Amino acid sequence: MDLIISLVINGLATGMLIFLLAAGLTLIFGLMDVLNFAHGGLFVWGAYTGVFTYTLTESFLIGIVAAILTGMILGFLMEKLIITPVYGNHVQQILITLGSMLVLQEMIKVAFGPNAIPVSVPDYLAGSWELGEVILIKYRLFIIIVGLIVFGIFHYILTRTKIGLIVRAGVMNKEMVQALGINIKKVFLFVFMTGAALAAIGGMLMAPYSGSIYAEMGMEFAILGFIVVVIGGMGSFSGSLFAAVLVGLAGSFMAYYVPSLSLAVNMILMAIVLIFRPQGLFKMAKG
Amino acid sequence: MMESLLKLHNIHTHIGQFHILQGINFEAKAGEVSVLLGRNGAGKTTTLKTIMGLTPASNGTITFLDENIEKKPTYDIAKIGIGYVPEDQGIFGQLTVEENMKVAMRKVTDDALEKQDYVLELFPDLKKFWKKAGGHLSGGQKQMLSMARAFVNDSKLLLIDEPSKGLAPIVVEKVMEAIMEMKKRTTIVLVEQNFIMASRIGDTFTLIDDGRTVQQGAMNELIADDELKRKYLGIG
Ligand SMILES: Nc1ncnc2c1ncn2[C@@H]1O[C@H](COP(=O)(O)OP(=O)(O)O)[C@@H](O)[C@H]1O
Ligand SMILES: [Mg+2]
Repeated sequence: MDLIISLVINGLATGMLIFLLAAGLTLIFGLMDVLNFAHGGLFVWGAYTGVFTYTLTESFLIGIVAAILTGMILGFLMEKLIITPVYGNHVQQILITLGSMLVLQEMIKVAFGPNAIPVSVPDYLAGSWELGEVILIKYRLFIIIVGLIVFGIFHYILTRTKIGLIVRAGVMNKEMVQALGINIKKVFLFVFMTGAALAAIGGMLMAPYSGSIYAEMGMEFAILGFIVVVIGGMGSFSGSLFAAVLVGLAGSFMAYYVPSLSLAVNMILMAIVLIFRPQGLFKMAKG
Repeated sequence: MMESLLKLHNIHTHIGQFHILQGINFEAKAGEVSVLLGRNGAGKTTTLKTIMGLTPASNGTITFLDENIEKKPTYDIAKIGIGYVPEDQGIFGQLTVEENMKVAMRKVTDDALEKQDYVLELFPDLKKFWKKAGGHLSGGQKQMLSMARAFVNDSKLLLIDEPSKGLAPIVVEKVMEAIMEMKKRTTIVLVEQNFIMASRIGDTFTLIDDGRTVQQGAMNELIADDELKRKYLGIG
């Protein structure tokens, strides 16, 4: 029993980190029809600038704020300089965002050095609680809680606020949103910057969880993010949480019981979904 | 003499490499219902989309309230006072009727709320299904929601594309009555294939064929001209 709980918590924590990355990815695809292969670059930059600030100020919270700011600034620049010129052209999008991903990754090495940097959990989140047989690692619970809070906030925004309604309307029918007098470009920028900030938070939270940060972590996580977007349904925010948790749990259990399959399991999940429900589990209906 | 609200002069539109509109001339006067007629594929929908800037004109001028709008982005065109009810209604299917109206209402002003009350009087079904997802409405209700959305802002002109398409006759009747009611408060450009309806509520007509304006005038003239109806509409 304690083993199962531990695997579940592990899976949920990983799932939340993937969710933070996938949430932006899915909205950016659903609304803007943009495949952003540079999203992992925002994740890794969030991690590095966050950890840098965390080390400097010795405050984990300020580190998270720094990661968010980095995400928003990079998101702003990326949308304006890189994405805007290639709206509507998927081939160019893939080429330029993949290129940007590599540039962002190499810039990490230039700015922070090529070696992995160890990161420790802040004191107040270190250690664990013991409930009888069960050991609950505090930091993992912290990630799960932050993930749920972020989901709650954004679920509220998407369902209860005007800008959220506009974003969802835009996912369903962009032309109509504009014909109602809404400048969709501003909405695009808002969504892109928000998605970038979420990815950056994910990177920062990931750092103490994995114990170190390295330039390639963005690419590795972005692949999981893409798998989650496909499974959850492109454009579906709730779908991305569900699929991320699914992928997190599958990874956690497989790593324990069938380690040889732990890397393949995501691909298998994705293949199953694509065969039986190619639109994804939660695909937003158009129209 | 009523003033001209909207005027298209020698409009050409390309979609991809296709030259779809090849000289549309057309005028809508304030307070009137102007009907665009022409067979399937003539270019009526594209004309409305070009006015909205969704398929921008490659040549020619469009003036609205004495302002050139042919180069403006769609959202600006909507903001200066043109409401659009597309052929497929463009309902946000996962949003409720209420949320569809919220997205549409650009500023929550007394005036906008009064207009919303007015259209809800006109379309009681919308009030009844206020919390229902737009995608679950009937065809007629979707049409009403789409018209309500376009009307709720300070739209001086409504472009309505084939509102009777696919609706049962009794529903068509309701929609047409609503359009005649709305006409009291705004100017309307209507695409309508149903000639009986078109002739009943239209003040003027513009006949489009192969992307060109071939004839325009008062609706009475068209009603009397069997030759014209036979040639371009296949009726009479
Ligand atoms: N996106 C498009 N790509 C290519 N051709 C189009 C497109 N949209 C419309 N057309 C063509 O333009 C012509 C006019 O279409 P449309 O304006 O929809 O006609 P109508 O509304 O009068 O039936 C048709 O021949 C149609 O096939
Ligand atoms: Mg049409």
